[in-house]
Amino acid sequence: MEYINIFIKSIFVDNMIFAFFLGMCSYLAVSKTVKTSAGLGIAVTFVLLITVPINFLLNRYFLAPGAMAWISPSLADVDLSFLSLIMFIAVIAAIVQMVEMVVEKFSPSLYNSLGIFLPLIAVNCAVMSGSLFMQERGYQNIGEATVFALGSGIGWFLAIVAIAAIREKLRYSHIPPALRGVGITFIITGLMGMAFMSFMGFKL
Amino acid sequence: MKNTDLIKLPFSKNNPILVQVLGVCSCLAVTAQLKPAVVMAVSVTVVVALSNLIISLMRGTIPPRIRIIVQLVVVSTLVVLVDQVLKAYMYDVSKQLSVFVGLIITNCIVMGRLEAFAMVQKPWPSLLDGLGNGLGYSVILIVLGFVRELFGSGTLWGYPVMEKLGLYNIGYENNGLMIMPPMALILVGLIIWWHRSRNKDLVEQ
Repeated sequence: MEYINIFIKSIFVDNMIFAFFLGMCSYLAVSKTVKTSAGLGIAVTFVLLITVPINFLLNRYFLAPGAMAWISPSLADVDLSFLSLIMFIAVIAAIVQMVEMVVEKFSPSLYNSLGIFLPLIAVNCAVMSGSLFMQERGYQNIGEATVFALGSGIGWFLAIVAIAAIREKLRYSHIPPALRGVGITFIITGLMGMAFMSFMGFKL
Repeated sequence: MKNTDLIKLPFSKNNPILVQVLGVCSCLAVTAQLKPAVVMAVSVTVVVALSNLIISLMRGTIPPRIRIIVQLVVVSTLVVLVDQVLKAYMYDVSKQLSVFVGLIITNCIVMGRLEAFAMVQKPWPSLLDGLGNGLGYSVILIVLGFVRELFGSGTLWGYPVMEKLGLYNIGYENNGLMIMPPMALILVGLIIWWHRSRNKDLVEQ
């Protein structure tokens, strides 16, 4: 029951894009077609799904205050939490580099259409803050952290696919020339964000 | 490209936020007030310029397969330095910004400029490019901070402008929506609209 709760909450209530506005850069720049954005959404979900559990273990057994007591009791009052930012980003960067190699090998067309935004997943705020939120909210075990990562990834995926679908339709509407493309996307995201604010404070 | 263009273009035709669409997350989070926006703008400019310079000096020795990790180590070192300086000399602002200074590591402008420019250019142009892009980002941040603080809470840099002008007595109300993050998105959209109607060649088809 607890897992379903975290899952639904991280998709809709705490949606990375509409509730926290994280990962906006690639969200705005890669959402021109549904196909490309679905590819990026899956890549972000995949990276979140690997990095959050790894960072959870790192945090639980090395970084949190007193976490190293399992090595020897003399380390029980060591607090390495000031290292967590650098450790998390190192894990994320390594995973992203691996994903980049795999995508380049198996799907060159997706690799070309994602362009610079594939390496930029490493600095996608959604991925980094997935790890930071995991640390901040104190999930009890690795299962909860994984479910949270999956939910956040799916929420991000849904958001980018939704805006891409809207942008595909927008191509046939009469928008002032200067507002076409990025401009109108910003404004629509703002409006969608206001709609998602109605989820705030929801308790499941 | 000429060196003066490297500084000038990010202000007009190649602005990081308006044209390259990089670094949007932080411009939503810190611009509810002017002061954090200015401090954030300065910190990002310093980090972009210095990381561009360092990576450009190292560009011949970085193996392409592990370049992201090397870049992130350089950037996070600089961010930790900026964080320490802020804590030492501007403790109150640094407390206000705490999370977002750390999140400069994940600011897309930094990585975007490293990937697109510093990996393939000489150190001096890279430094200028980083400086130009940082300043181009700063301009947008300061404009957003100015508008949102003035109309959202009726103050500027903490000084109660609207109250001193006596506008509340004649029925003026603060626009609470300006403090909400969605309004920052809509403002950026409007700035892009204005910017592209001035530069017709940037209009998308």
